[in-house]
Amino acid sequence: MNSLVVVKNLTRIFDVSKPWLNRVIEKLPRALLTAVSNVSLNIEEKTVYALVGESGSGKSTIGKMVVGLLPPSAGMVEVEGIDLFKSTDDDAVDRVRSDIQMIFQDLFASLNPRWRVRDIIAEPVAARSGKTDGLAERLLEQVGLSSKDADKYPHEFSGGQRQRICIARALASEPRLIVCDEPTSALDVSVQAQVLNLMSDLKDQLGLTYLFISHDLTVVRHMADRVGVLYLGRLVEEAPRDDLFDDPKHPYTKMLLEAAPKLDGFDRTPDLPEGEIPDPINPPSGCVFHPRCPLAIDRCKVEAPEARQIGRSWTACHLAE
Amino acid sequence: MEMPVLSVRDLVVEIPTRHAVLRPVNGVTFDLHRGEILGMVGESGAGKSMTGNAVIGLLDRPARIAGGEILLNGERIDQLHGEELRRLRGKHIGMVFQDPLTSLNPLLTIGEQLTETITEHLNVSAAEARQRAVDGLREVGIPAAEQRMDAYPHQFSGGMRQRVVIALALCAEPSLIIADEPTTALDVSVQAQIIALLKRLCRERGTAVMLITHDMGVIAETADRVAVLYAGRMAELGLARDVLTQPNHPYTIGLMGSTPLASAGRARLYQIDGSMPRLDALPSGCAFNPRCSRAQSKCSQDPSPSLAAHQDRAACWFGGENAQ
Repeated sequence: MNSLVVVKNLTRIFDVSKPWLNRVIEKLPRALLTAVSNVSLNIEEKTVYALVGESGSGKSTIGKMVVGLLPPSAGMVEVEGIDLFKSTDDDAVDRVRSDIQMIFQDLFASLNPRWRVRDIIAEPVAARSGKTDGLAERLLEQVGLSSKDADKYPHEFSGGQRQRICIARALASEPRLIVCDEPTSALDVSVQAQVLNLMSDLKDQLGLTYLFISHDLTVVRHMADRVGVLYLGRLVEEAPRDDLFDDPKHPYTKMLLEAAPKLDGFDRTPDLPEGEIPDPINPPSGCVFHPRCPLAIDRCKVEAPEARQIGRSWTACHLAE
Repeated sequence: MEMPVLSVRDLVVEIPTRHAVLRPVNGVTFDLHRGEILGMVGESGAGKSMTGNAVIGLLDRPARIAGGEILLNGERIDQLHGEELRRLRGKHIGMVFQDPLTSLNPLLTIGEQLTETITEHLNVSAAEARQRAVDGLREVGIPAAEQRMDAYPHQFSGGMRQRVVIALALCAEPSLIIADEPTTALDVSVQAQIIALLKRLCRERGTAVMLITHDMGVIAETADRVAVLYAGRMAELGLARDVLTQPNHPYTIGLMGSTPLASAGRARLYQIDGSMPRLDALPSGCAFNPRCSRAQSKCSQDPSPSLAAHQDRAACWFGGENAQ
């Protein structure tokens, strides 16, 4: 199969130091936060790749680097074989950019309140001086709204309808890849079901590829073909969906699956996870998960594990089998 | 039968506006017994938080209790004002909100906040209050509780902060805790810790808990009984296991169907079309009828049958017969 997106050794470091004068007076060192550390993954065309992780795991940062909103500190992202930041072929970069779109979590911040829905949806095409006649109306019907809605403003819509507008806008430039950053986290469960169904339908009709970012394991299990689990910016496990959920290898994945509330978990007493996510500015030595890991041995405190293949899964753990 | 800790009868909350009087809570009735955890579920705007706020007297004006009764340990509390209400809160009812940062005072150490609450409600010396505060922190799992007494809220992580809030809610030994989305702002691993903590403490002390959440998984693992709210009314009330595995009300059936299930794999999710009606445009009859697959003419004319505590499980004309 064809890899639409290739991510290699991707790293992103944010400088979160205090201003220069404070550092001099208070004798503070520079503070560097490694949000994403050495992540490699491939996304096959027409599949859904999901990134899961808790807050601060770097999932949104990866999403932003894939669409080209943030430059990587090291490593590279190639979409359709083009590195958006390093390529010198301007035409190719331009073509690839119009093939990538993004859907955000915040339905209120991602639509301009002063624009009519027609202009919002047509913007990705208008910005490249394409033809926009009837485009918004057609897309609105495709996402299950009425073509008459094109004259309205965003505040006239409910949360679920706004997310449909965001989806319509993402479809306008006929993209191949859509990065969805927590697309249903702000929605109620009945509306979430409508949006997830719509996203599945559109994927089948239009042959889209999704990079699906979420913290919700049930949603990921429903949508994904392949899942990557992030912890503190490291990809700790990557596997086809069923392998990951039925037979997780990494202790963190196991912990996450155990901790998630189950719909049929009556009288269940889950094994409680230990501790909390450590400070990403001073991450633990060796394997970053070792302070919370029930299996940790001395080797884990010193040596960071490389990803190994076990069955169909890739796991970064010394002990997983 | 033992007297319920909390008894809510036909509660109506009204918000008068220029155009109409809105009823975010419209005839809610339930009992809550000692040591019991009652889950309140529903989507945004269903009236779950409004019900919780009405019980503890935290309705913001112009919202007001327009009908019904709220009894705590057999005494009416819906008519209280000022000083009486202040004594009630904290002493008899503890509250845990969604956002632990805004429920703590950023300018006081957590030790000061805990001892203040304890000396205010219990008749104890300053030294004993401090000791109780330390014990409280220890009990909710704050490491090095003694030293952490002098820390400010911003020095704690989100999960630790929520533990402090729980210690604060429990420190005056109330008989009822209202937990309004206590884990929604937390990560999965921390959520599991907080839920287990809340469950354990309330079991040990026999505290009744009203757990407001939108997460059906949390309800399944935590609640004894569950009340499903829709547009300010109770759609269904029953044992959590019964309601979740064999829902009777079409809304509950839809809600369960639209939750992605591990066992269902990739199957298309069940869709309840449309969205919850606005409070100023409630349909006549049963509020759910425009979205209901079973609706018949009766549903748009007669208001749905009311749900008397302990009797019918679902407030639906056809719920019992047609279910499953």
